[in-house]
Amino acid sequence: MTTYSQPDDAGHYGEFGGKYVPETLIPALEELESVYYHLKDDSEFQGELDELHREYTGRPSPLTYAPRLSDDLKLNIFLKREDLNHTGAHKINNTLGQILLARKMGKTRIIAETGAGQHGVATATVAAKFGLQCIVYMGEEDIRRQQLNVFRMELLGAEVRPVNSGSKTLKDATNEAIRDWVANVEDTYYLIGSVVGPHPYPMIVRDFQKIIGEETKEQFAAMSGGLPDALVACVGGGSNAIGIFYPFIDDDVQMYAVEASGLGLDTEKHAATMSLGSQGIFHGASSYLLHNDNGQVQLPHSISAGLDYPGIGPEHSYLKTSGRVKYLDATDNEAVQAFRWLSEKEGIIPALESAHALAVLQQRKTSMEKWDNVVVNLSGRGDKDVNTIADYLGKDLS
Amino acid sequence: MRRIAELFAEPTKKLVPFITAGFPSLDSTVELVLAAEQAGADMVEIGMPFSDPLADGPVIQEASQIALDNGITVKTIIRQVEAVRKKSSVPLVLMGYINPIMRYGLDQFLSDVESAGVDGLILPDLPPEEGFDIYKKVKSHSLSPILLVAPNTFEPRIRWIGTMAEDLMYAVSILGVTGSTISANTKLKEYLGQIRENTDTPFVVGFGISSKEDVAAVAPLADGVVVGSALLKKIKSADDPVATTREFIEELKEGLLDKKGIKVSGRKIPESRSSTGSE
Ligand SMILES: Cc1ncc(COP(=O)(O)O)c(C=O)c1O
Repeated sequence: MTTYSQPDDAGHYGEFGGKYVPETLIPALEELESVYYHLKDDSEFQGELDELHREYTGRPSPLTYAPRLSDDLKLNIFLKREDLNHTGAHKINNTLGQILLARKMGKTRIIAETGAGQHGVATATVAAKFGLQCIVYMGEEDIRRQQLNVFRMELLGAEVRPVNSGSKTLKDATNEAIRDWVANVEDTYYLIGSVVGPHPYPMIVRDFQKIIGEETKEQFAAMSGGLPDALVACVGGGSNAIGIFYPFIDDDVQMYAVEASGLGLDTEKHAATMSLGSQGIFHGASSYLLHNDNGQVQLPHSISAGLDYPGIGPEHSYLKTSGRVKYLDATDNEAVQAFRWLSEKEGIIPALESAHALAVLQQRKTSMEKWDNVVVNLSGRGDKDVNTIADYLGKDLS
Repeated sequence: MRRIAELFAEPTKKLVPFITAGFPSLDSTVELVLAAEQAGADMVEIGMPFSDPLADGPVIQEASQIALDNGITVKTIIRQVEAVRKKSSVPLVLMGYINPIMRYGLDQFLSDVESAGVDGLILPDLPPEEGFDIYKKVKSHSLSPILLVAPNTFEPRIRWIGTMAEDLMYAVSILGVTGSTISANTKLKEYLGQIRENTDTPFVVGFGISSKEDVAAVAPLADGVVVGSALLKKIKSADDPVATTREFIEELKEGLLDKKGIKVSGRKIPESRSSTGSE
């Protein structure tokens, strides 16, 4: 077996990836790349990050055996507990790493995009910790849907800037963050929230998230010996999935990534980039994309704001094409069922995003043998989603 | 010789308006481009709308959205250019993000726009490292690739871009998106001077040029100026977009005249071209 080595020097993952950006951003991406390559193997930098993981985030996050889920499905189900991280999701792994990069680069102003507000909160958190100015772009539509996270970011001292262009959601917030970066490229660090965007971002975010898979490997070996048979993770942009997959990529382990199919693959309301999209160029990279016959980007739909994105990271497109990872989908309804299943059977309320990963097991969409060992990446906790679920179930909380 | 190379071989300063195709209504494009030409535009840039125009400020974003809501497509734009070309002799340039072009099919697009009479392409999200092969193909269709240079582009890169562009480059005036405010200060002068020193490829300057005064201040530092957002803003609030376009272009054109009313010349050769601009 040859060892996996992506991306190439130009930031391409096979025919995907690259830097499709306005000229103004080229020097900034080159600077980021050279600083990153310099620090990647720097023991002082890694030491500082390790300490933050341990003492600030609470890593390592546990690997939890889920006996009652396992019983239901006749599988051994383990949960990688990113929900127990500070701020409640895997997002903090990435924001801590990138804020250290920003500081090394002498940038004083941090900008970010956010959909549901999870990445915005994780960014505002680390900016507060390091005393850096933080501006978070968020679509007006998302601001309306996610008041609690908006207020959280404000408590953390960040400025939330409403975006009213286009569909007023995550993709437009990302456009606006990139425009801000173009105009303020000299003092501003763009802290991107997933394995998307132009090179080197997908690589950097992957490297900061791969700690999920590294810990899983060690913890699984200690608990059961050997390797798990399969890994399952949800994909929006794809960072938690790449994070758990990457350290296993050369191993004999099946990998399933689960995207959101909203109201169903046969409707227009879905975020199933892999199932229903095709290659396109969006937010600085070539990758699978939901776009119409005229090349205009389509509006996705998912009950889970974190999966509600028309694109996906370029490395995922590569892994789909090479066949290394299988891309499945779960609908809103299936995700809500899985959400309740985990809550009732194991006493863990998952993020709606993570519930999509559980749903493909519950719906038996994977090809697994009886009592196979499978690790599900529980990318976040569900406190943020309680109102959405109540709405969905027709329950009035007010 | 390619039309753009021919135009920029002349020593005069060029005025280049930018008009979003399909804005303000689906079929405005042809009459607006022709009005611009009659009013003295030396070349016209036609914007191909994209849902996510990340190099553009609010004015062009809005115009693009309106045009998309009007139903504009690449196919329609090519038909519109064909109609313009029948009556027009100035170079026509399409400016657009790469995704709709790839979706249309690159080779099909290049041969369709070539036969429609397009002269050049500006692809703001296709930098040379990604566009190397595509720009070669653009040239093989007798189209001029107009590559961008920004105030933070390093000198060796300016030379590389100049070589790849060949006929014309587009110097982005500021670190920012379209429609920002420009100031014709020493920094801009130094930056444009640096481009001149590093390449013989002519260049126009755009982003933020919005008045006759801006035109007068920037034109001496370049081979031409591009006016986009300011024109679209006027068109949007106009009762008669055609008349408004004509008047505004005529006014901007005055920025290219010196005090005696003679067209400002860029290179040493004294200029003699008639002010109607088209040949
Ligand atoms: C808990 C959780 N899981 C998953 C995601 C999806 O992002 P990614 O695919 O980058 O992991 C998000 C995004 O907000 C999230 O909050």
